[in-house]
Amino acid sequence: MSASSAEAHGHHYTTTGLDNRKIAIWAFIGSECMLFASLISTYLIYKGKSVVGPFPHTPWTDPSSGKVYPAILNIPVTSASTFVLLMSSLAMVLALAAVENKGKPLPPGSGWWDKALTSSKLWLWMTCLLGAGFLAFQAYEFTSFVHEGLTIRRNLFGSSFFTLTGFHGAHVTAGVIWLGTLLAIDYKRGLQPSDALNVDIAALYWHFVDVVWIAIFTLLYLIPD
Amino acid sequence: MDWLTTTDHKKIGTLYLHTSLFFFVLGGIEAILMRWQLMRPNGTVFTAEQFNQLFTMHGTTMVFLAVMPLSAAFFNYLIPLQIGARDVAFPRLNAFSYWVFVLGGIFITLPIFVWAAPDGGWFGYAPLSGRTYSPGPNMDFWVLGIQILGISSLAASFNFATTVINLRAPGMNMMRMPMFTWMSFVTQFLIILSFPVVTIALVFLQFDRFFGTTFYQISAGADPLLWQHLFWIFGHPEVYILILPAFGLVSEVLPTNSKKPLFGYPVMAYSGILIGFLGFGVWAHHMFAVGMGPIADTVFGLTTMLIAIPTGVKIFNWIFTMWGGSIRFTAAMKFAIALIAMFTIGGISGITHSSPPSDLQQTDTYYIVAHFHYVLFGGAIMGIFAGIYHYFPKMYGRKMNESLGTVHFWLNLIAMNLTFFPMHFSGMLGMPRRIYTYDAGQGWETFNMISTIGAFLLAPATLIFVYNFFRSKKHGEVAGPNPWDAPTLEWSIPSPPPEYNFAKIPMVSSRYPLWDLTHPERTSEIPHTQSGWEDAKHQTGEHDMAPMHIETETKTAKELGIPMPSSTIKPFFVALGIVLMFAGLVFLPKGMHIPAFALMFGGSAMWIGFLYAWLTTPLEDHH
Repeated sequence: MSASSAEAHGHHYTTTGLDNRKIAIWAFIGSECMLFASLISTYLIYKGKSVVGPFPHTPWTDPSSGKVYPAILNIPVTSASTFVLLMSSLAMVLALAAVENKGKPLPPGSGWWDKALTSSKLWLWMTCLLGAGFLAFQAYEFTSFVHEGLTIRRNLFGSSFFTLTGFHGAHVTAGVIWLGTLLAIDYKRGLQPSDALNVDIAALYWHFVDVVWIAIFTLLYLIPD
Repeated sequence: MDWLTTTDHKKIGTLYLHTSLFFFVLGGIEAILMRWQLMRPNGTVFTAEQFNQLFTMHGTTMVFLAVMPLSAAFFNYLIPLQIGARDVAFPRLNAFSYWVFVLGGIFITLPIFVWAAPDGGWFGYAPLSGRTYSPGPNMDFWVLGIQILGISSLAASFNFATTVINLRAPGMNMMRMPMFTWMSFVTQFLIILSFPVVTIALVFLQFDRFFGTTFYQISAGADPLLWQHLFWIFGHPEVYILILPAFGLVSEVLPTNSKKPLFGYPVMAYSGILIGFLGFGVWAHHMFAVGMGPIADTVFGLTTMLIAIPTGVKIFNWIFTMWGGSIRFTAAMKFAIALIAMFTIGGISGITHSSPPSDLQQTDTYYIVAHFHYVLFGGAIMGIFAGIYHYFPKMYGRKMNESLGTVHFWLNLIAMNLTFFPMHFSGMLGMPRRIYTYDAGQGWETFNMISTIGAFLLAPATLIFVYNFFRSKKHGEVAGPNPWDAPTLEWSIPSPPPEYNFAKIPMVSSRYPLWDLTHPERTSEIPHTQSGWEDAKHQTGEHDMAPMHIETETKTAKELGIPMPSSTIKPFFVALGIVLMFAGLVFLPKGMHIPAFALMFGGSAMWIGFLYAWLTTPLEDHH
């Protein structure tokens, strides 16, 4: 049964005219703001409070063994992964536009690029892959940090850093799975403009997760001790 | 089976009501056991360890398993009815919230029966609740249990916030919502914004306890106040989460039984918002004794005093609502008036410790216990009892027995004051909270004896209530749709309401739509417009709506062609999977890896699988 005939039954009347899910996702994002605010605040409160190294921006010599630990954060690598994540937001915007405009005839004289813009599959794939790329960067980052001597148990920096970025990574993972599900639907029956809301909600979540990363990247990586 | 799969907000509401009443009785028994121990000096009924578990579980049970879900029972039952909706925005999510609550409640409650319950207080202060100082599984149950219950509250808050924003009947703008819906709406935002903070505090504690992180490890340089700040940023809004719904309930009971509109309706709504807003700026008044310095103490002292203003506004508005009215003293009305009186006492003692120097004398004494029991028992519980007596006829079609209700009221009021009023004195004489016993000769004996007698009297009071509740379901006087001659939408439909609530969605033109029909003289001074009606007609056509009317329809949804959400077991299994996943962690520190990982992976697979099945099934059967 299509959405329009359900509306004809008067069942889907809403006060704002918006779908319930659209309002709920904003409420959810509001809640998520407080979640990440708590994580980020804790990181900032604990900045410079670790009793032992390694530290994020400065090298540290272990007084008992004389071993030198390099500064942990690798800003060039993370800048690259940040770029990847931001580009995924662009792909997400294009995916949503492609779903919304599906079935509209292309104006005469459209080039290959205009045609590419109509492919929801392409842009959903792009978003997923860029998201997965960011996660790969994070996996690399985490392993190299552990090799350099920073574990989640090591010090306050390790605990608060891995928990905060790990929570963010978990959100990206959930987003990739969510987008992958949309992609599967697209292959199964093709996403239609009537599905735009489903994509829109996923997109809101995705952009939110990106915005959080911008805050994390600025506060953790770009601001030195 | 019907109850396991229901998605009807009314059924879920009654499930919440019964479950949380059960937990209320359980928390009450824990309180009575504590009072038994403290009846005389050097009591030997329980060991110190057992006493710690009793006060921890009493607090945890009453806050998370009794008062919050009792409020949720009313959110569920009343919000859709009060705003003219056929269900909540997400009926299956609603069922999910309930099942997470029940299963989480069982998870956190079971250990008390083998004396392995949490023992670090309902506030679980780290580092005391960390592995170093709480090595056993006791606090594991608490950390994981509160985390589970938080999922339930958050899921419900998204649902109800959306419901209130989006499912109001045509013409019911924000300033026409019943005051209970208003206060519940504010409460949802408090939950949305405060629960994630405690979630993170608990995640840190979980990681410290299970994975060896250093968030609360002082030797690693951790701040011993981190937990307290995070916890109270949640914890203070939490007390408004407990009280605002009760404020909402009495704001329905008082006008109805005074036969007058609520005095100062807009100010009542604004003061509720202001209480919610200020509630996020006062958390550190729980921490005056930790030495935050004069600036922080002053700021938090001042914000705390400020909260007295919107709260006082409410008290006066309730009194002015009754002023000049023709008051009918139903059991509900008595409880509502008791809330005004008792909450005022608790509010005034609260102001005495908004001042840091004064608080330093009172903190961690029985004076504080007296204060918050006056606001929570005298406030929240009185308001909830008022709500139960008032709305019972709507839920079951029969009234509760008024004589038994009156006996319950007086016994409850006297016993409550006997229990908690002497605690002001024992506290001022220096008796600390949470001690499991005390020596004679400090002037505390008489006060403790009176408190214990009071607590023992609360038992028969509650028993009378429980008897009345269950007896009235079958034998109560048949009520009819509107036994109290009340003004709002929920009373314009049969009692109990049919599954679809409203055969035709009412089109509302004022704040008291039902009085417009039955007592137009009472609402003549209130603005009447048809704003919003046109929009609604444009959206869906007129056939499903009708101007304000009284419904006597008893047909089924099918006969009327109203699509209803179908029953489903999936939310239950998603909830079960989540709880099993968390439960697996309990085995981890014991080195029992097989049950730990079996439960964690099995539980995760269960909830993810059923979640996918849920999301790919449409809400309604389309025949």
